Amino acid sequence: MAALTLLEARGLVCHFGGLRAVDGVDIDLAPDEVHALIGPNGAGKSTLVGLLAGRIAAQAGSIRLGGRDITRLPAHRRVRQGIAYTFQITQIFARLSVFDNMALAVQGGAARPGGRPALKREVAGALDRVGLADRAGEVAGTLSYGHQRLLEIALGLALRPRLLILDEPTQGLAAAEIAAFKRLVAGLPPRTAVLLIEHNMEVVMELAQRITVLNFGQVLASGPPAAIRADAAVQAAYLGG
Amino acid sequence: MLLALMEGLVSAAVLALTAVGLSLTFGVMRVVNVAHGEFFMLGAVLAWFVTQAFPGAPALGFALALVVCPLCVAAIAVLADLLVLKRLAYEPAPTIVATIGLLYVLQQAALSLFGPDARPVAPPFDFRVQLPWFGYSGYKLCVILAALALLGLVWALLSRTRIGLVMRATRIDREMARAFAINVDLVYAGVFGLGAGLAAVAAVLIVPIRQAHYLMGADPLLLSFIVVIIGGLGSLRGTLAAALLIGLMDGLLSTALFLPPTVARIAATLLVALVLVFRPQGLLGKAAA
Amino acid sequence: MRGGGLLPVAGLLGVLAAGQWLLPAYHHANLVRIMVLALYATGYNIAFGYTGLLSLGHALFFAAGLYGASFAATLAGLPPGAALAAGTAAGGLAAAAVGVLALRTAGVAFMIVTLMFAQAGWLAILALGPWTRGDEGIVLPDAARALAGFDLSDDAVRYPLALALFAAGLLACLWLVRSRAGRVMVAMRENEERARMLGYDPFRVKLAALAISGTYAGAAGAAYALMFGYAGASLASVQYSILPLLWVLVGGAGTVAGPFVGCLLMFYLIDYASSLTSATLLLVGLALLVLVLFAPRGILGTLREKGVRWLP
Ligand SMILES: Nc1ncnc2c1ncn2[C@@H]1O[C@H](COP(=O)(O)OP(=O)(O)O)[C@@H](O)[C@H]1O
Ligand SMILES: [Mg+2]
Repeated sequence: MAALTLLEARGLVCHFGGLRAVDGVDIDLAPDEVHALIGPNGAGKSTLVGLLAGRIAAQAGSIRLGGRDITRLPAHRRVRQGIAYTFQITQIFARLSVFDNMALAVQGGAARPGGRPALKREVAGALDRVGLADRAGEVAGTLSYGHQRLLEIALGLALRPRLLILDEPTQGLAAAEIAAFKRLVAGLPPRTAVLLIEHNMEVVMELAQRITVLNFGQVLASGPPAAIRADAAVQAAYLGG
Repeated sequence: MLLALMEGLVSAAVLALTAVGLSLTFGVMRVVNVAHGEFFMLGAVLAWFVTQAFPGAPALGFALALVVCPLCVAAIAVLADLLVLKRLAYEPAPTIVATIGLLYVLQQAALSLFGPDARPVAPPFDFRVQLPWFGYSGYKLCVILAALALLGLVWALLSRTRIGLVMRATRIDREMARAFAINVDLVYAGVFGLGAGLAAVAAVLIVPIRQAHYLMGADPLLLSFIVVIIGGLGSLRGTLAAALLIGLMDGLLSTALFLPPTVARIAATLLVALVLVFRPQGLLGKAAA
Repeated sequence: MRGGGLLPVAGLLGVLAAGQWLLPAYHHANLVRIMVLALYATGYNIAFGYTGLLSLGHALFFAAGLYGASFAATLAGLPPGAALAAGTAAGGLAAAAVGVLALRTAGVAFMIVTLMFAQAGWLAILALGPWTRGDEGIVLPDAARALAGFDLSDDAVRYPLALALFAAGLLACLWLVRSRAGRVMVAMRENEERARMLGYDPFRVKLAALAISGTYAGAAGAAYALMFGYAGASLASVQYSILPLLWVLVGGAGTVAGPFVGCLLMFYLIDYASSLTSATLLLVGLALLVLVLFAPRGILGTLREKGVRWLP
């Protein structure tokens, strides 16, 4: 485990009325790890990453990124600080071209190329990394579902984030697409840390250096894959014993 | 003060009817109907024609107008829906253009057939009710009661009948409703007609108090729009509360705070804006609606 | 955003320039008004067509320019150039001020909030009768309309001026919507939440778009006051918020030249209909209904959808 922490959350709370979606969660992310977040449906995973990304305001607790307190920072400022977020339900600019989608991510992101040629180069590179290079001219909404998911991830990557949050990225993907996805994510550290919500345990076990298990809004266990696999409580709650 | 209150209640009652009509089209069909005020105007103008046909019997003429005018207006609305709006698939932008076109057509028709002058319609009966503090026009009291009764009917229609259920289902999810074999086209035409008819009824009720004029549609349109949004979309109670608020506000602000009427209107207008700024979902609407 | 567009826009401006010498007096005079109002519509399109902000309060920004310029010319005695600048700034400031509050809302609430601010402005103009003379309006003295020895009430003078203003506005709009900032504006229209999670502050982007849009409205209002020598409350009424929306929708929302096309078409539609019949609005209304059935995205928008890609 890396000595430094990239992100450090303490005592995060988010209740919806009486529902304790996230209820006092601590989580630490190293700058060079793939960290998986697992748990049954409704455990509060999406809500937790929403808190980290700033889409939802935390009712209590604190979040530090690279030592700086970002608890009160609005979502768009957190993106500029290096937290990229991909939606569980695909959110792209469906009526714009793939190029324009990517350009929006690239032109405001950390690379910030000057001039049109530089922007085009950067977009082409970013599309190439996810294998969408030949789709730049198409309208994003007409892409296949798998390609739309890829574009969603590419948008996050194009920001050159320090932390990439992926909410169930492989949901609905074909086996070949999942394999390509695994290669992509495995290549991201050490430059980019990944927080991955995932139900496919094969993907989790292969990619993650650490796993946090969430249940009823609370951390049930956290540690390396082998330890999680062995944890009796997790087995009872989630892996089905 | 009390008199201002009563006048405000009359305005509020009529406004509530008109606004509920708009709320239906807006809520169920998601259509911004710019011509809604013209349906109101048409109701008043037609009421004049109908009552003119019975010079000796104002009560009979009026009773007839109360039935015939809303039906005529509703028929026109259904026609507009089937001929134009339906073909635009109720998309927001083209629908705005189309209803502006409809507004022009109806306004011109009224101007050409009815003329540019404001014309009075005699109330069906004329007696004063002696309240403990002062005398008050019995007709105005009846307007309030009739509006309340009609609102009650609409409420019953929406919440107690199959028609209401079908309408609510269509509002929530058009495609899903279609999948459940609901004839969405029919529902939309019916809702558009009902909305227009409600505006027309409101106009017939108010026309003995305010005269009929071909430009009288502008205020009801703006006000009912405000009422619908302030009240919160799809909330009948909210619409009613907002109509009360808007109907009474001008009068109350000027009498209670001793503001000159123009300043009171400006203050009331700004107040509406600020309410929405700090409660965008309306007074009684649910968050994230 | 998309490349191109400069050539057709330059072509349009070239044709309009030739109009200074080629147009008969009647149409020459009409086009002055159309270009001033098209400037207004072009600005409206920046907020509505590109950024997705359906405002019903632009009459307030137009009126800010109208009265800003009028008062600058009459009360402060400024020359027309300075009065134009004052009116333009007033429009932008009014839009920014309204935006700070109204942009806390979205959708229909935004429509109503902007409408209410504009109605309050209109009522205030009526209430300030001693200065604004309400519906009757102020007539600017000729002295206030003399620009470096030229008379702004003369069509030969005001046509090129109106063209210059419109050209500046149109080219600036073309540049804006093809720039990176323009792409971000469109992103707000298309999917605000996604844009936010790419690091863009929706409030700031929309506020900037609204302020730019209001600046256009202010410039158009100021030009209107100076060129036609009149500022009245009816120009601040809700009708003047709906008209630019109508022009933009008729011409094609989110197209650079659409607002001009819509404005031109509506002007001559009304002109032609009133020459045919006294029931002008009936014809206009029917024409709108037919038009919207055949071109639901507006004229340029529908043509572009049908594959005429070079249209700006
Ligand atoms: N905006 C919301 N309002 C009310 N309840 C919510 C909201 N978002 C999520 N929830 C509830 O919070 C719980 C956790 O949801 P979520 O974080 O999406 O779980 P997961 O992603 O682990 O499946 C669920 O019971 C869900 O219904
Ligand atoms: Mg989830």
